[in-house]
Amino acid sequence: MNKNTLLYAGLIIFGLAGAFIFPAYKLQLSFLYILIVLAMTWDVQGGQMGYNTFGNILFFGIGMYVASSTQIAMFFSLAEWTDAGGEKTFVHTIPQFFQGFGVGILLAGIIPTIIAGVIGYGILGLRGHYFAICTLALGIAAGELAGGIEIIGAGQGMTVPVWPKGFGSNASSSQFLYYLSFALALVTFVTLKWAYSTRFGLVLNAIRDNEDKAEAMGIHTMRYKIIGWMVSAFFVGIAGGLMGHINGYIEPTEIAFAGPTFGVFMVLMAILGGKGTLWGPLVGATLFHLFKEGFWTYFLGWQYVALGVLIIVIVVYFPEGVMGWLREKYPERFGEVVDEADLKAQVELK
Amino acid sequence: MDLLIFQAPILMVQASMDGILLGILFALIAYGMALQWGVMNIINIAQGELVIMGGYIAYFMYLSGIHPAFGVIVSPIIMYCVGWGMYKLVINKVVDKDLFTSILATFGISILAQQLMNFAFGADVVVAQSNFGTTMLFNNSVTLPNAKIFSGVVCVISAIILVIYMKKSKLGRAIRATAQNARAAKILGVDTEKVYAATFGINAALCGIAGACIAITFTLHPYTGLPYTVRSFMIVIIAGLGNLPAVAISGMGLGVFEEWSDYLLGTEFRIAAVFSLLVIILVYRRFKLARKREYLK
Repeated sequence: MNKNTLLYAGLIIFGLAGAFIFPAYKLQLSFLYILIVLAMTWDVQGGQMGYNTFGNILFFGIGMYVASSTQIAMFFSLAEWTDAGGEKTFVHTIPQFFQGFGVGILLAGIIPTIIAGVIGYGILGLRGHYFAICTLALGIAAGELAGGIEIIGAGQGMTVPVWPKGFGSNASSSQFLYYLSFALALVTFVTLKWAYSTRFGLVLNAIRDNEDKAEAMGIHTMRYKIIGWMVSAFFVGIAGGLMGHINGYIEPTEIAFAGPTFGVFMVLMAILGGKGTLWGPLVGATLFHLFKEGFWTYFLGWQYVALGVLIIVIVVYFPEGVMGWLREKYPERFGEVVDEADLKAQVELK
Repeated sequence: MDLLIFQAPILMVQASMDGILLGILFALIAYGMALQWGVMNIINIAQGELVIMGGYIAYFMYLSGIHPAFGVIVSPIIMYCVGWGMYKLVINKVVDKDLFTSILATFGISILAQQLMNFAFGADVVVAQSNFGTTMLFNNSVTLPNAKIFSGVVCVISAIILVIYMKKSKLGRAIRATAQNARAAKILGVDTEKVYAATFGINAALCGIAGACIAITFTLHPYTGLPYTVRSFMIVIIAGLGNLPAVAISGMGLGVFEEWSDYLLGTEFRIAAVFSLLVIILVYRRFKLARKREYLK
């Protein structure tokens, strides 16, 4: 058994057993898996393709709304549900809940994918900071629009169907969500690891390095950019659908289309871990989640101040991230050959 | 259509006048952004927070019994120092990096500034009463608060002073030289570090003036900065860097668009309309340039 197999086996065993080892932290861990998905899918654009997006939060929010409203609208009137607010006048039976859940999560993946494909042609033609600001505006506009639509609860938001009574024990709801989020993170990781090893990954890197040259080499860059965004949208949409259930409540600007929080977190996590690497976003998300929980526990009230300082420190002083730092320190581990003589010559030049 | 604006056409005049006076304010903020973008190649997401901060200075004067209109003098002086400090602490480390680094770093500053303002002044919507009264036009059917007219005049005067300063003074010349070619300016003995700090300070001072005007004409809230950033970004990409007449015209156009969408779509969609307009403009320009196989640079 080599080292990699051990590492993968260890992580999978941790994921499967996590719900039993840390029963009190189940929701925290499911949250972490969602964050990992967000960071890894952001890295498809930001790291591998060189398109720094703030707009993946759009798919997160759409997925969240689609998942819950499908689950509700399949059996009840959506307008009456949101009118009732927190009152539990409508209760899903056990088969209704799971049918609705399955269809909702599936649609939460598919609809954002379609939207990404449709708007991708217009938006991905922008480059650099224009793309960044345009996607930032897109996410916030979506949040404000959702805040004006009555049927999904407008600014007040909507409640998500509760776990059906009489099915399993009290803990089974969070266990169910825990394993679903873990499965999502695992599938995302495996898919992206596979995708990066194919021609698709190479094309994305070519677009990052020099898009004009890639086009001159005969690659239809736009096609690959859109497909890349659709892949991200699919996983982010499902993550949003699950996040709605983890929260139990959807609100347009603070939870669903939370550009200034989740939209920036995903960028930071990828940068903290090292963008453009497979493991970076995973490491970054884990570290960031620890930081964030620490802030929320020890600096309560000042947590956003600490967060702002953290953003500045990461971006200004630590832009290459953990993986980039490791790569500089141990280049052999990353399969890079170091020429000792060349290194010496460089030191002498300095 | 059943809308009020079509039943009472005078409301169109009202909306347009409000829009123009509002647009002058936007143009001033956008000019600051164009200045630092052109000189330092930085996009400042915290621009809106600088505006709100300037507004809170005027509000603080109002609380301590001074007339808030004097804020348009005090606020730029304090904001110049804030901008200078911000440059020395953070911005000078991201000047020569790529634009996305500056976007993220200033995003961090904006979160920080929002929270600090929230601690200092609370999360309530506040307004500094100027007691300037209102002017009635067209047989009392259009009302214009004098405070809005005052703020429009202040913005125009400060823009004129700035243009003269940039044309005539030594620092203004140095700033323009650095914008053209920072390396050449450095060779010819311009202290670019100083120029950058001054540029950022001037930008913050402009935001301070605009903020003080907003404090007496509109409302202040710690978390409402981002729309101002997006508005000024939008104006800059329409008008180009450092073209003041174009900045003024597109600023007023944006103001009129906003007031009209306010009447036509309803106030809850106002911010959504601004952000959607930005997306539409960018995508429109992208398709227009794509015909020549070019893209926005």
